[in-house]
Amino acid sequence: MSAATKSNEGLYDCRDAFSKTLEALAEADDRVVAVVNDSVGSSKLGGFKKRWPERLVNVGIAEQNMVGVGAGLANGGRIPFVSCASCFLTGRALEQIKADVAYSNTNVKLCGQSPGIGYGELGPTHHSIEDLAWLRPLANLLTIVPSDPWETAEAIRFAAAYEGPIFIRVSRYPVPALDHKLDRIEPGKAEVMRDGDDVAILANGVMLHKALQAADVLAEQGVSARVVNMAWMNPLDIEAIVDAAGTGAVVTVEEASVRGGLGGAVAETLALHRPVPMEMLGFPGFAPTGTVDFLFDHFGLSAAGISSAALKAISRKG
Amino acid sequence: MFLSTAPAPVSGADRINMVRARALAIRRSAFTMVHDAGLGHPGGDFSAADILASLYFAIMRYDAKQPRHPDRDRFIMSKGHCTGAFYSVLAQAGFFPEADLKTYMQPLSMLNGHPNRNYLPGIETNTGPLGHGLPVAVGIAIAGQLSAKDYRTFVLTGDGELQEGSNWEAAMAAGNRKLNRLTVIVDRNRLQQGDRTEATNGLDPLDDKWRAFGFHVEMIDGHDHGALLDVLGADPTGRDKPLCVIANTIKGKGVSFMEDNVSWHHGVPNAEQFAQAMKELI
Repeated sequence: MSAATKSNEGLYDCRDAFSKTLEALAEADDRVVAVVNDSVGSSKLGGFKKRWPERLVNVGIAEQNMVGVGAGLANGGRIPFVSCASCFLTGRALEQIKADVAYSNTNVKLCGQSPGIGYGELGPTHHSIEDLAWLRPLANLLTIVPSDPWETAEAIRFAAAYEGPIFIRVSRYPVPALDHKLDRIEPGKAEVMRDGDDVAILANGVMLHKALQAADVLAEQGVSARVVNMAWMNPLDIEAIVDAAGTGAVVTVEEASVRGGLGGAVAETLALHRPVPMEMLGFPGFAPTGTVDFLFDHFGLSAAGISSAALKAISRKG
Repeated sequence: MFLSTAPAPVSGADRINMVRARALAIRRSAFTMVHDAGLGHPGGDFSAADILASLYFAIMRYDAKQPRHPDRDRFIMSKGHCTGAFYSVLAQAGFFPEADLKTYMQPLSMLNGHPNRNYLPGIETNTGPLGHGLPVAVGIAIAGQLSAKDYRTFVLTGDGELQEGSNWEAAMAAGNRKLNRLTVIVDRNRLQQGDRTEATNGLDPLDDKWRAFGFHVEMIDGHDHGALLDVLGADPTGRDKPLCVIANTIKGKGVSFMEDNVSWHHGVPNAEQFAQAMKELI
């Protein structure tokens, strides 16, 4: 447990924050509806269904229709939260997300459940490490990767109040509640979780607490690491990335493909504005079989792996 | 406020003649747009012209000055490549000046090759890739049902377009939810871009397919204005099913050398062909 976490009380499944927040919003505003693909259980929307059965639109196992229905519900004045395993939401319905949601600029809230390698042993068909690379080029589509229950709840609340399309990654991997510095989330605003000047670790989602743990490991070795929460993939906080490059070395850590995700976004930014040595942690390709924790360790997505990558980046400073 | 169709509805033969005149005007302006732009899909524009004229001038409820009025009837042009006919009918219905049709597909025009709702009033959702319209229409119909609104939702699909599986995902949901205020109109011209539909990936028996998905099906001549007005104008209140109208049409309808000719899917007329077509479209 990182010193940066609020307590040792426990770990949280962000889907609980998602469903609890959505129920609170639905209570307050009857325009809020949920759209699912037979994923009531995996989206933890059983409570929603019980309270508002008519406002939970279950289209069955039909993701292209699910996203189109979401766009139609928005056209009819509703605020649809389209919830589905991220691998199927973004993979099977990518063109619907592009045309019906992003390009049409509709008020649809896409909630990608259990992203990254959340489904562990179920394998790469069920992993969603490509979603950020697929969605990042889509104009209009805000994209956020929350790190813990508070940030997940904030993202859901923000989405309901925001008039426009947004993609929210909702993790199932147990994470601690982090000690956030911001009172509320703001589109495109990164959060410096911990200051430091030898290296900057840019992370988001369930990797953020591991980045903070890595900073603890580095501190024991006399290395001062900045940790930045890059929850927003779109808009991207260019200024925070350029500031991070001021440390002279950058590491990105994400539960996604290193190609096209946070690593890609940061690399593009540094190349354009302030090139410095950079290491990218994430998934280089399809994962082998293993539990989520095994796979995180296998790909260096652990406190030890991240701190090693940080030292490597520092060693490459000119 | 009260919403009504663009011109005050008239009855009987006058009403049918008015729709016929509008359909001819759609064909003339769509063909002019395609001729001037050097691009477009006139064959499908012409097969759909009578359907569009019927909807916009005799059936649908809307206010072109308040294009997003919450109680409006919705129309989705799922065969989004047929913008010649779609833009023509929207302009005639008053959503934007008819003079703007001259900018069709010109640089920075609002009149993109495929519809864009953010540029042009009267467009409900951006289409172009096939198989997108019906799912969105289903969502609109569900929203209407949830809000107890009486607006109707119409979607026009091509027949070749039905080869996209997303349509059948949506059809299943529409039938299952008994969306009686949803109407799917299939522009059944039996031609797609490269060949006849039945020579490509056959759709028949198309009426049985829709019935199996829980739709009430009407098969009509899609160029018979009286039949179109009767079927599309029927009050859906008592029906406990969505409606599918299979409109048997002729691609390129109205111009002798274009009718049922696959090469006019996205053909562009030369000067002689254009002049000949204008003579026939009166």
